[in-house]
Amino acid sequence: MAQPLNYLKETASQTAGPYVHIGLAPGDAGFNIYANELGRDIIGPNAKGTRIKVTGTVRDGTGAPVKDVLIEVWQANAAGIYPGKGDVEDGFRGWGRVISDFETGEFTFETIKPGAVKNQNNQIMAPHLNLWLVARGINVGLNTRMYFGDEAMANAADPVLNLIEQTQRRDTLIARAGRTNYHFDICLQGDEETVFFDV
Amino acid sequence: MTSDELYQRDREWHPPAFTPDYKTSVTRSPRLAMLSLQASESELTGPTFGQCDIDPIDSDLINNYAKTGDPIGERIIVHGRVLDENAQPVPNTLVEIWQANAGGRYRHKMDTYLAAIDPNFGGCGRTLTDENGYYAFRTVKPGAYPWRNWVNNWRPAHIHISVFGTAFAQRLITQMYFEGDPLIAKCPIVNTIPDSRAIDQLVAALDLNATVPFDSIAYKFDIILRGHRSTFFENRPEGN
Repeated sequence: MAQPLNYLKETASQTAGPYVHIGLAPGDAGFNIYANELGRDIIGPNAKGTRIKVTGTVRDGTGAPVKDVLIEVWQANAAGIYPGKGDVEDGFRGWGRVISDFETGEFTFETIKPGAVKNQNNQIMAPHLNLWLVARGINVGLNTRMYFGDEAMANAADPVLNLIEQTQRRDTLIARAGRTNYHFDICLQGDEETVFFDV
Repeated sequence: MTSDELYQRDREWHPPAFTPDYKTSVTRSPRLAMLSLQASESELTGPTFGQCDIDPIDSDLINNYAKTGDPIGERIIVHGRVLDENAQPVPNTLVEIWQANAGGRYRHKMDTYLAAIDPNFGGCGRTLTDENGYYAFRTVKPGAYPWRNWVNNWRPAHIHISVFGTAFAQRLITQMYFEGDPLIAKCPIVNTIPDSRAIDQLVAALDLNATVPFDSIAYKFDIILRGHRSTFFENRPEGN
């Protein structure tokens, strides 16, 4: 026998269930209760940088849209600074909540394109949004990233994308670029399964 | 010195993605291995919240949606601390909850269970932990309700809980159950968790010391988030 380590154990995750909107987006569940619903505005009124709109659909292993997903977005500002790590524009939270349409499963959100951020080894990571998905049937929230299709050079040098051994799977993390619109589908399972991270 | 990095998540403690007895997980579970990342600022930073984001009444579910009187049901207090794996309190972190009413009905446009909507109960609340990591909600005890997993399943009474911590990689959603509920052991969602000790950790204890006499009974529920790693010796490449 050795001495006990006495670390606590992280509370185990449980699915957010089908009614996650009641807690995290009650307006979408069908009632107004809070004066200020959190996560409706990622960037605030003063954010610098290119305004963008992202649309997409989360699909299950049969290809059907997941109509009850909630996605949280966490991102740096246009200068590549995360709130809490340096000065950002007044009102820039860098965080928001996105839910899919109950009928179609499509999600849409507006934000600004983030700047590049360095990793712990001082390597430059291409601009990306950090995404966290929860829904009925998802037992532990899924972490992934959205990169930008019009950043081919930066993406090619990105230390995270380059960790993906099957090179064709890197494309699952890169949004298709329009002028200011991006399209990003997420596949939970199947031939096009999105790369998810253990972080 | 300390670093911002976190202890790795114990994937044998959490439920796996694919848990066929919880049928919805079958087509919503990734089948390929997750990519393990050394965390960067993208994972080790996270959103912060302040008192200006919420109202004090948000943590009182007995009053925060009351229209004509109090909601029906057993009045309860749910309280506890948010700690990390090093037993350090996590102060000023946002805790959000949602639940069914005392009859087991959710106020959600997609819920069609025949139990009645309570006109005085919304079913959600939120608060910030104090400087010692404490939080408290007042609410009514949620009812069990049926769901189609197998033909006739019943969820144990539960409250959904969402917590942030300081890093996006600490983000956690879980469910709190109530001591003594015989439905816990029969629930396919509870049983996605392989380790019975991890299930026990989701069961709030009846806490008579925290009851308000002739008013509300109490349950205590501590929430543990991933701990930060200490770096005692570090080799750094030249120039860093």
